[in-house]
Amino acid sequence: MLAMFFWAFVVGGFICVIGQLIMDLGKVTPGHALSILVVVGAILDGLGLYEPLLDFAGAGASVPITSFGNSLTHGALQEAEQHGLIGVITGMFEVTSSGVSAAIIFAFIGALLFRSRG
Amino acid sequence: MTKKSKTKTPEQKQYEQLGKKHEIKRPILRNCIVSFLVGGTICVIGQAISFFYMYFFDFTEQTSGNPTVATLIFISMLLTGFGVYDRLGQFAGAGSAVPVTGFGNAVISAAIEHKTEGFVQGVGGNMFKLAGTVLLFGVFSAFVVAIIHTVVGMLGGL
Repeated sequence: MLAMFFWAFVVGGFICVIGQLIMDLGKVTPGHALSILVVVGAILDGLGLYEPLLDFAGAGASVPITSFGNSLTHGALQEAEQHGLIGVITGMFEVTSSGVSAAIIFAFIGALLFRSRG
Repeated sequence: MTKKSKTKTPEQKQYEQLGKKHEIKRPILRNCIVSFLVGGTICVIGQAISFFYMYFFDFTEQTSGNPTVATLIFISMLLTGFGVYDRLGQFAGAGSAVPVTGFGNAVISAAIEHKTEGFVQGVGGNMFKLAGTVLLFGVFSAFVVAIIHTVVGMLGGL
């Protein structure tokens, strides 16, 4: 269990460092860096490399935004196995629905509760 | 100044050099260390939450990621609302932007910021102003990857 915390810290921190390096060395906005990381996550899952990382690092791999790309691809592939190419569209948000719906719901609640500070 | 010329005048070149001299150097090493520590800490918190869901609810190691992400976004709603997350973001850079809490923060801060324009045009219309790019490129790249993977699989490759 302690080892899991350790690897979550190291792997998660390492992915953040990659994001920071993309921002600093590439001189791009955080939006660009996050988009690149999401695309990388999607490609890694297509190659079957993200799943081992998840097993190894737990939340260290599932909390960074790369896992969003990974789970989009994962849902699409899962559904595609059953329904063929059309499953790519229907299964896209199957795995990652919690992140997107949580973001929408809590953002609306947040907008109801809080007001912006200047 | 009247004509648009590709070659820069000496004055412009001089100005550029002046600008470069006074450009703030990005402290790359410091940024990397801070984002490593902050990002790692957020992932450790995520790991603790997912252990919580594994032991007290019926989630397996594979499925515990979903409620963990939702919980982290809930926490980032509170932190964004009280203005803590934005301060953390200035300090930690990618360390707070790359974890899923950063995605939540982008959605939530846009929603709160545009509240004054009304709930339909303001909150609804601007919610994904910052995070939309992540959604777009995530969904589209996943689409392309999944199509390629499926077609290659159908052809019997890999």
